[in-house]
Amino acid sequence: MTLPLHAQAGVYFAIAAFLLAAGIYGLIRRRTFIGMLISGEIIFSAAALNVMTLNRFVAPDPSVGQIFVLFIMGLAAAEVAIALSIIIAVYRNYRSIHSKEVSELEG
Amino acid sequence: MIPGSTFLIAAIFGVIVATTLGGALLAVLSTRIIRSVTGLALCCVGLAGLYYFLGSPFLALMEILIYVGAVCVTIIFGVMLSEPDEPEPRALRGRELAWGIAASLVSAAVLLGGVRLAGRWAAPVSDFARLSAGGPARADGSVTAIGVSLLTTYSLPFELISLVLLVAILGALVIARGGRSRQ
Repeated sequence: MTLPLHAQAGVYFAIAAFLLAAGIYGLIRRRTFIGMLISGEIIFSAAALNVMTLNRFVAPDPSVGQIFVLFIMGLAAAEVAIALSIIIAVYRNYRSIHSKEVSELEG
Repeated sequence: MIPGSTFLIAAIFGVIVATTLGGALLAVLSTRIIRSVTGLALCCVGLAGLYYFLGSPFLALMEILIYVGAVCVTIIFGVMLSEPDEPEPRALRGRELAWGIAASLVSAAVLLGGVRLAGRWAAPVSDFARLSAGGPARADGSVTAIGVSLLTTYSLPFELISLVLLVAILGALVIARGGRSRQ
């Protein structure tokens, strides 16, 4: 008897790999900072999904992975706050958030 | 067991997976930035469903609360404060296309040949079936267990992450305020 799809670890791993691939593709292809930020969030989600899958299928204590994913979510929220404030500061100085046009370093 | 529930569970799982993948594709592929924020929100709703299937309703709730409720709304504020019109992507040249196809073929061959997803990764006996058969409750990943270990075993990371969040809030305020001229 084969297990149903939602009880197989491989399905979750495949979804996480797809999310990682989509995130990396977006990170390369996007040309505005907000788009790159969104792709980075998708990569974070892929990592969290991997951790949760391992937590469900192999970990002896099932609360460790949940705590780990909670920490990932907290760090992602902090990262979004910082990145958006940097984006707004860049927009105020350059009137643009395209990554091609912001190409000059100044102290 | 309710008759037909297997099919129902499979259908719900399919919808959730489709939401996750479709949301990720929408987030990555669309040129309007507001659509890709919507895609991110969809993707996070699907991920919440996946967490529910992985046996953690608490994380599903947190995912919706933090990602859809906080992160996406914050990104929408960022979109409103700037003008992120993505230019049309330029068409790929022939050489780039050839290299891309070659790279994806090679990685697909490596993946299919070297990584086998089947094996010992079988799910443990469903907790629900075991509990309804009168078995003992395992050391489960319930909210109580999470709270206890957050305040005992993982109390140092817990405090550290609150410090990180505080510093992030202050840093965001300082960076976003700097350079604003006083009227």
